Amino acid sequence: MTSNDFSIVLPETLLAIYGMLALLFAVYTGKDKLAGAITWVTAAVFVIVALLIGLGGGGSVDAFHGMFIDDAFSRFGKVGILLAGAAVLVMSYDFLDKRGFAKFEYPILVLFSTIGMMVMVSAGDLMALYLGLELMSLSLYVIASFRRDSVKSTEAGLKYFVLGSLSSGLLLYGSSLVYGFAGTTSFAGILSVVSVDAPLGVLFGLVFIMTGLAFKVSAVPFHMWTPDVYEGAPTPTTAFFATAPKLAAMGLFARVLHDAFGGITGDWQQVLAVIAVASMFLGAIAGIGQTNIKRLMAYSSISHMGFALMGLAAGNAEGVQSALIYMAIYVTMNIGTFAFIMTMERDGQPVTDIASLNLYWRNSPAKALALLVLLFSLAGVPPMLGFFGKLAVLQAAWGAGLVYLAIFGVIASVIGAFYYLRIVYYMYFGAETDPLDKVSSPVTFALLTLSALIMLVGIVNMFGVDGMAALAAEALVK
Amino acid sequence: MDNVLSIVTFLPTMAALVLALILRGEDAVAQLNAKRVALLATVVTFVISLFVLFGFDASDTGFQMVEEHSWIMGMKYKMGVDGISVLFVMLTTALMPLAIWSAWDVKLRVKEYMIAFLLLETLMLGVFCALDLMLFYLFFEGGLIPMFLIIGIWGGKNRIYAAFKFFLYTFLGSVLMLVAMVAMYIDAGTTDIVQLLAHDFSSETIKVLGFNIVGGFQTLAFLAFFASFAVKMPMWPVHTWLPDAHVQAPTAGSVVLAAILLKMGGYGFLRFSIPMFPVASANLADFVMVLSVIAIVYASLVALVQEDMKKLIAYSSVAHMGYVTAGIFSMNQQGLDGAIFQMISHGFVSGALFLCVGVIYDRMHTREIDAFGGLVNRMPAYALVFMFFTMANVGLPGTSGFIGEFLTLVGMFQANTWIALVATSGVIFSAAYALWLYRRVVLGDLIKESLKAITDLSAREKWIFAPLIAMTLLLGVYPALVLDIISPSVTALIDNYHAALPADLVVEAASH
Repeated sequence: MTSNDFSIVLPETLLAIYGMLALLFAVYTGKDKLAGAITWVTAAVFVIVALLIGLGGGGSVDAFHGMFIDDAFSRFGKVGILLAGAAVLVMSYDFLDKRGFAKFEYPILVLFSTIGMMVMVSAGDLMALYLGLELMSLSLYVIASFRRDSVKSTEAGLKYFVLGSLSSGLLLYGSSLVYGFAGTTSFAGILSVVSVDAPLGVLFGLVFIMTGLAFKVSAVPFHMWTPDVYEGAPTPTTAFFATAPKLAAMGLFARVLHDAFGGITGDWQQVLAVIAVASMFLGAIAGIGQTNIKRLMAYSSISHMGFALMGLAAGNAEGVQSALIYMAIYVTMNIGTFAFIMTMERDGQPVTDIASLNLYWRNSPAKALALLVLLFSLAGVPPMLGFFGKLAVLQAAWGAGLVYLAIFGVIASVIGAFYYLRIVYYMYFGAETDPLDKVSSPVTFALLTLSALIMLVGIVNMFGVDGMAALAAEALVK
Repeated sequence: MDNVLSIVTFLPTMAALVLALILRGEDAVAQLNAKRVALLATVVTFVISLFVLFGFDASDTGFQMVEEHSWIMGMKYKMGVDGISVLFVMLTTALMPLAIWSAWDVKLRVKEYMIAFLLLETLMLGVFCALDLMLFYLFFEGGLIPMFLIIGIWGGKNRIYAAFKFFLYTFLGSVLMLVAMVAMYIDAGTTDIVQLLAHDFSSETIKVLGFNIVGGFQTLAFLAFFASFAVKMPMWPVHTWLPDAHVQAPTAGSVVLAAILLKMGGYGFLRFSIPMFPVASANLADFVMVLSVIAIVYASLVALVQEDMKKLIAYSSVAHMGYVTAGIFSMNQQGLDGAIFQMISHGFVSGALFLCVGVIYDRMHTREIDAFGGLVNRMPAYALVFMFFTMANVGLPGTSGFIGEFLTLVGMFQANTWIALVATSGVIFSAAYALWLYRRVVLGDLIKESLKAITDLSAREKWIFAPLIAMTLLLGVYPALVLDIISPSVTALIDNYHAALPADLVVEAASH
């Protein structure tokens, strides 16, 4: 029994053991001189574990009395999280090294938060949920303020910590209400209680839990931290924030809603729909005035989360599938975009002003073209893959009868298109200014072009991701 | 030859990839090579598309040369042409080499310019060949990206404003169509256009936000498609992006915009709106006709007072597209035949007119009408060509413009006499603005000092105009070339349309 349990959590265990060994090893030997090596080894470990999970057995099993679930859904989430984490790690190193804070703790903190995310998407119990969420968040608080000597970075870390704790508190309060009224913390137990007759206290708890989760996916009205933290944190950290944790939080969102509250779809559907509409519009409108590309990406991600939540709001397997497809595409686009942002510098200093991209295509046509593809994809303009993500959630929403949601969604996507076009405008039509440095960084260039290529080539068959997402959704929504 | 349409559609993309990946350098040799590759690719595309034309059996009203593969998310990759679309494919492949050739003097970023046009050609051809709803949308919307860049990078002084207006305007129009497409997919369970054409969409009255919507689903979907196609056409009052886009776009961009991109709206009405939502089309036909007639009169009057030659021709395009929409929604053989004919003819004529403006813009770098005058003294060949296309634009018998206008007016007359009466006034207005433009630019004495050294058409320019003149004349004196191909499909379209209408609407439609 116990050995069986441990074999199910083997990937997480392996990662945790690796993390602690790496920590010890680095502390007692080369310390920061080893940062590069540890970064690459950690990324390699991520990829290996992702392969292990992805190619491993199918089926649906749970461990520790339902605390931890291993099914197609969690495997989908984990592979995505690990690959995103690996990509962010390898593209961060050059940036950190150049600025002199390539520390060996960085990859290890990323590793621990990744373990947290893996627990989140596998959670089968409110306890496991909180455990995973906090492991992720605590590591993220630290890497947000990783640049100790920068006021903005520490401010970002502190802001994120204070607001994050608040949301954790709300989530805990919700969990305790649910426990109090349902008498159990396991998702299966809660489901069996609410399927019969949901006590009012459970619904209260549900709202608080949703609040906590909405904070983590930075959905309106719990998005306030996002622009500041994105702007203040070092760019590699921002890249990480925008990708893996979003995927994990969205996965957890789907997990909680369907595994624990699947019987009362009608009770959370409207809440999600409102959050989705608000996020799509706020992200689209507030992004227009931004001049800092990192803040802009923050609003962009708020808007994108609105779209993914629109898929979840459908409240059925198609909805979960569309949200997963959307998140996979979103993460790929963001990795490419942040790989680009990391190479934006002038006289060796990082710049984040969009206007600095003036006529960028004259200096680096290939990179400009790749970013162009990504931007149109982010805007959801066909034939890029980003459009198919939007199409999937639209279909799910319409199929579930959420007609107004679909209409609001497309209108928000037109408004949002404006700020992506504005970047294109600077890159291609702008005025002559000092050009940015030509940074030669093969890793970021490779990731940028790869992600742009995926956006173009992916429309042939989506690399089978839609099929995997369908399997994952089926495993979740019985 | 099952996949000849895919070959035609994607050949330009292949050429664009070759340019992007293989061609290096910015010097004169590299620029010349880029232009040559692009020209060669478009000519080869045209030659292959001739196989489509000659292999096309006009008596068969179904889709031909169909190619079908399964694709992601329940969609299909399905291509095919029928009598309505095949000539648009030909129009596109025939005009692209001329557009590319007309851009021979572009100096800025030639390679990228050519790539943008080649990609645009693929996307435009795809629109006319796609037989899957989402595939159609993909091509339809994808065309915005290269056009946005063409206007924004190679355009005139105010290009940024025009590019953004063009993109956001058309994007907003199209997303509503996307929602309708999703709804159609959910309703019919397929995105295959052939199956959707056979599907009966509900026309039960439904209540939305307290309003009774007569025609229900059909009306709402029709309006969503209408939002997109009306912007694309463009119809009054959503035409305002067109003058801006035309004025700011480089010559070749204007040619493609006027000659091909505008036709997507009309094609959309014929492919989707009428056959798929017949009840809504019947209910809203008068509404569309009224808008069309307003467009004809209003745009013609606005054209009269323009100072900028391109803007004048842009408004003239709006007016001519008014004939197209009015012809389409008169829902009879002459009207629909005439509308398609008018679109083909307008493709050649307006393309040629923008080239005419491009010729003198290249020499004088202005499009102000007042900056010219008396060009006939220095440019006799140009005066002749410009004269010819001005007449074709006016609709002089013997040119293709006459056939299109006449047929649409006949169609309108059968549907609604008053509409036809008002629309006919557009014929007179168009003569007024076109001839006045011609007089101010070409005739009179050459008194402006700056024009004293202007040179006549070069050999290249003459060769570009030659096929356009030939086609305009040929279609003008022998319209059966086009009508024989489109008529069977149009007849089938009208028959299906009448068959799909409930009894009470048939009576009403017949009384028109």
